[in-house]
Amino acid sequence: MMTEYSENNFEQCIKCTVCTVYCPVAAVNPLYPGPKQSGPDGARLRLKHPAFYDEALKYCLNCKRCEVACPSNVRIGDIIQAARIKYSKKKPGLREFTLANTDLVGSISTKVAPVVNATVGLKPVKAVMDAVLKIDHRRTFPKYSQGTFEGWFRKHAAEQAALPKQVAFFHGCYVNYNNPALGKDLVKVMNALGIGVQLLEKEKCCGVALISNGFIGQAKRQAKVNIASIRKAVKEQNLPVIATSSTCTFTLRDEYAHLLDIDNADVRDGIELATRYIYRLLQSGEAQFRFRKDAPKVRVAYHTACHMEKLGWAYYSIELLKMIPSVELTVLDSQCCGIAGTYGFKKENYATSQAIGESLFRKIEESGCDLVSTDCETCKWQIEMSTTKRVEHPLSILAAALE
Amino acid sequence: MKFDSVIIGGGLSGLLCGLRLARAGRHCAIISSGQSALHFSSGSLDLLGALPDGSVVENPVEAVKALSEQAPEHPYSKIGVERFGALADEAAALLSEAGGKVEGTSLQNHYRLTPMGTFKPTWLTMDGYVRSDNRVLAWKHVALFNAEGFLDFYPQFIADELRKTGIECELHTFNMAALETVRRNPTEMRSSNIARIFDCDENLDELARIIKAEMGDCEAVLLPALLGIERTDGVARLAEKTGRPVAIVATLPPSVNGIRMQRALHHAFEQAGGTYFLGDTAVGCERQGDKITALYTVNHGNIPFVADDYVLATGSYFSRGLVAEHDCIKEPLFGLDVEAAAERSGWYDRNFFEKQAFEGFGIKTDKTLHGLCGGERIANLYVVGAGLAGFNPLAEGCGAGVSMLTALHAADCILNKQ
Repeated sequence: MMTEYSENNFEQCIKCTVCTVYCPVAAVNPLYPGPKQSGPDGARLRLKHPAFYDEALKYCLNCKRCEVACPSNVRIGDIIQAARIKYSKKKPGLREFTLANTDLVGSISTKVAPVVNATVGLKPVKAVMDAVLKIDHRRTFPKYSQGTFEGWFRKHAAEQAALPKQVAFFHGCYVNYNNPALGKDLVKVMNALGIGVQLLEKEKCCGVALISNGFIGQAKRQAKVNIASIRKAVKEQNLPVIATSSTCTFTLRDEYAHLLDIDNADVRDGIELATRYIYRLLQSGEAQFRFRKDAPKVRVAYHTACHMEKLGWAYYSIELLKMIPSVELTVLDSQCCGIAGTYGFKKENYATSQAIGESLFRKIEESGCDLVSTDCETCKWQIEMSTTKRVEHPLSILAAALE
Repeated sequence: MKFDSVIIGGGLSGLLCGLRLARAGRHCAIISSGQSALHFSSGSLDLLGALPDGSVVENPVEAVKALSEQAPEHPYSKIGVERFGALADEAAALLSEAGGKVEGTSLQNHYRLTPMGTFKPTWLTMDGYVRSDNRVLAWKHVALFNAEGFLDFYPQFIADELRKTGIECELHTFNMAALETVRRNPTEMRSSNIARIFDCDENLDELARIIKAEMGDCEAVLLPALLGIERTDGVARLAEKTGRPVAIVATLPPSVNGIRMQRALHHAFEQAGGTYFLGDTAVGCERQGDKITALYTVNHGNIPFVADDYVLATGSYFSRGLVAEHDCIKEPLFGLDVEAAAERSGWYDRNFFEKQAFEGFGIKTDKTLHGLCGGERIANLYVVGAGLAGFNPLAEGCGAGVSMLTALHAADCILNKQ
């Protein structure tokens, strides 16, 4: 079994081109040379001289599907991201700052949510953002909620702490600023299993958008805060850390070590997706759900987000959805929706982003589903903008079906 | 995670085994460490081209008796002379239905055209490829069209070889605007990248117009196998639009048609209720007595795969189903008994083109393909495909056949057990 990594990981590449076959960007954007050339082939050249760095690496959306496909265990996506971090001369600007600082922007926006939501939906505002910031005017912006999840949670922290068994919840920016309802659903589901939820001592944005937009120093600082809090929870309080976002989970577990040089080996196994945690609990027979008898039938199509594919954990979310008596489930073929976090918001990526997702959108419409489900918030935005369907996290669907 | 059967390895062998089991109602998982060797397929699958003593095989079903006498430990000998023909036909039918149309019979080998222009005996050939019943092309005069700048195809070799057999072969290159977009990255002029442009009807029809204008009075048109990743009607559509027979020739990897077959089999497996875990690697197991009781992977960490039966379909050296250390050859996951020469000097012949002993090394099994550990049979572990001992896929031209037939044989052993 090939699980070891050579010192120069790119040397494991045998040039089979399988990665490029499965690259969603290379399939639609001829400006991108594809993962083999950008990753292991380019790494060999860049080692010779940094001038071989190609700015076209910015077209990589870091989906990691190249790594999932690679038969030789080459960390192609990591090689590309690491090269961007090390060699890119393009300095991030105001647009990158705005897109990357999800928690700063979120904390301001939630205070004046109705204004922000209405304003960014206005055509003239979109036109200005397009012209000045190069954020594509065709994009629909995620709505900010009035009040944060953390704010809601503080009022319920005491009653949560009273439950005998506890988990720590890494809620992420999306739950905090855009969709506190998902956080509340998570609490409801965990409570139904007899488990109380608490937050980490300190939580910062996982930093995925900082990494992809070139703010590495800030990403490292935030990662250190998160890992310190997670270490305290896992090691000192013996608390499992669970999350609802597949990308936050993937970033905390893998990107920290691979791209930011943050040692998380001692706590990595203590961080998991809530659906995986719940699956294991149900399998052990320690707890079970009581479902509503009167829940209306709903046809759900499950979409496997890229980082979910990389984690390999779609199975747990799918199995939970299958358990819900009122859900009729279709599993869509795993493919990229095109948004990749902040990637699809950028004007130069809009066409690529929509072309990547096009066949997925078509399959969703053809599936006859009432609802799409996915573990990734940015997939949700992309699918809701590009299809007629609403998208919900598996836990929200589960929460609605519980007594 | 509880399954009836867990298959480790998601290539040709693992997929066919999984498909057979899943269609019989078994709850199956496949764990695959990256994409498989089907991505390097020649477009043909071999059953038996030569016996271990070197004699050429025309009719594999007839020859298998002699094979079993010469090589009692050959996987085909374990399957049994009586079962061999029927199993080959079942495998061919299953592949054709679930993986894409293939043609050929186990009663008579036909010949495929290699990327070097020579003919080799084979069993099944994917739809659209050049094939011959007698090592000679069916046409006297052909035009071979190649995409300008395509890096993995050498038309001159093919033309030279064909000319030796009295065939006139004209060489042409084609270019078009859509190809220019691929050429922005000239190092990436690979089959799969070029094939993508022909998923678009307009580009394929433009190719037809170019061919029609240049083909002259040739009897047939040959092209590298890159007429669309998604579509299966590329050859037929070109033939219709040009009014001439069209056939494709294997390129160097990646194999566009092999990719399509992998995807089709993967899809069929999931349609049959199977779960395919791509990009995960099995790294450890628990064993109680003569049974495997749990299997651990990189992605799933402390949640093991638990099954009644396990099938090891991890392939040979390339996919690390077998690992050659400096002084031994081992099966890394379960530590199964491996058949190999003890001394390294006995592994290979210094003449590269001679039959190589290491090709015949592999995992030992009993007649029902159970893996062995210290000579003891593991009752719920079956070994299938390229990792098996006792056959030489290159010298005997039997690699795909062993993968497919052992896959179905193991599936039958599992199904007949209860």
